[in-house]
Amino acid sequence: MSRLIALVDSNNFYVSCERVFNPKLEGRPVIVLSSNDGCAVARSNEAKALGIKMGTPAFQMRDLIEKHQIQIFSSNYALYGDLSNRVMQTLQNFTPEVEVYSIDEAFVGLTGEVSDHALSIMRTTVKRWTGIPVSIGLAPTKTLAKIANRIAKRGEGTYILRDPDQVLENLPVGEVWGIGRQSTKKLTAYGITTALKLKQADLAWIKRQMGIVGVRIVKELRGTSCLPLELIPQPRKSCCVSRSFGHPVTDLEDLREAIATHTARAAHKLRRDNLSASLLAVFIATNRFNADLPYYRNSGTVGLSAPTNHTITLTKAALKALGPLYRVGDHYQKAGVWLTELTPAHEIQQDLFINHKSCEKGRKLMEVMDALNSQFGAGTVRCAAQGFEQSWRTKAEMRSPRYTTRWDELLIVP
Amino acid sequence: MFIITVPAGFPSPGEDYVEGPLDLNRYLVHHPAATFFVRVSGDSMVGAGIYPNDLLIVDRAITPTTGHIVIAVVNGDLTIKRLDISHGKVSLLPENPAYLPIHIDPAMSFDVWGVVTKAIHFLT
Repeated sequence: MSRLIALVDSNNFYVSCERVFNPKLEGRPVIVLSSNDGCAVARSNEAKALGIKMGTPAFQMRDLIEKHQIQIFSSNYALYGDLSNRVMQTLQNFTPEVEVYSIDEAFVGLTGEVSDHALSIMRTTVKRWTGIPVSIGLAPTKTLAKIANRIAKRGEGTYILRDPDQVLENLPVGEVWGIGRQSTKKLTAYGITTALKLKQADLAWIKRQMGIVGVRIVKELRGTSCLPLELIPQPRKSCCVSRSFGHPVTDLEDLREAIATHTARAAHKLRRDNLSASLLAVFIATNRFNADLPYYRNSGTVGLSAPTNHTITLTKAALKALGPLYRVGDHYQKAGVWLTELTPAHEIQQDLFINHKSCEKGRKLMEVMDALNSQFGAGTVRCAAQGFEQSWRTKAEMRSPRYTTRWDELLIVP
Repeated sequence: MFIITVPAGFPSPGEDYVEGPLDLNRYLVHHPAATFFVRVSGDSMVGAGIYPNDLLIVDRAITPTTGHIVIAVVNGDLTIKRLDISHGKVSLLPENPAYLPIHIDPAMSFDVWGVVTKAIHFLT
């Protein structure tokens, strides 16, 4: 029995999420903005047709938005996350072999003869159940499934790659999954301009030029699967929380609040995944694109005496790291916290110098805090260092209701 | 599920009958990935026991047929009505004499968003 891999990819995922609960958006240009309402991170086909590119700053689109009545939304990650889970769950009704690759993509393992009809049932079921349109490309390997998916997206919504060479001949080498800009330059210089030429390249030569990663890509193009499905999610290696500010921040007090808030969020993520961190880094940056003011970016790292996921311990460390980075007079645009050297929380080595009683107390405190925040909403209980006004917070003025995660924001039907 | 063991003496007669607590989600929701909660604002379905401010459970995994109460999308607008398909014609029937049925003609855009399976009515 042959084994095949389907790549299921949601079409314009964030825009599709908005359309599920707002059918009037169907057929109209729609844009979803990044977390600080700064630039476009998702576009409907209609918006793409108007020439709006990924990452276009919001202020540059103002005229087009008005002229074409483009509908604009702030990112609604609570909604997108919930609908993503629903899409993945729906796929799991067909087969347990689902690798969640990103918020809007999954690799699905299928065995035996798979017909176009079977793929189209999968596709219409996801659309019917969740409201999200997906495209499905099927091929013997992940790399080929990615290519099949591109064709599916432009055509009928499903595509089985039966005759790869014809497709690969017309595909620029840079469009192959995993071939970055540097490799494209190198390969093109040697006359390898298409995916087909890459497939036919000499493996030993590829290994010298691109290492084992390159060899894998070539083998995958030849139909030999080298990238198995990862059905068990890999434990995270680090945890980063960073946000752009709603407006430039100059005050140290505001920066401290932001850093404390990001740290609390990162610490919560660690506790949720049952991990502890040994190393913490803080970074702050001014606006790189502001020609009138000098660009400044700096980061500071603190080692923790023992791995921890305790919000208060981590916040103290983060604020200590922030101190020397701050310069009076700079207009900061972004700040972030990065936790790394992660270990499972229960495998922490005994340390003679740690007071285990106070550790246990801290763990209980965090448990209570997480329970309260999960019941009454994030941030209900927090460290005073996080502040209360949070004037630096990002804008999200055009966010749609969180239809699936908040009782008071449900879809209202007349 | 933890079962408390009694170290000595008379064994607990309840031990063999330990069951989970009643879970409304499992009772009311059969396709979690396809089920959405929505809030009613209108009174066009009071005859079917659906009142303003009620909470509806909508299951998108169910194939809509005649007789189902559905959330429909007509020309981009959402509405709750009883679905009627007869002689190849689709109609949306209100259950309140103050409203008129909606007959779907080919010029209209029409879609069933989901089938309403339960209405939860708050008494206070």
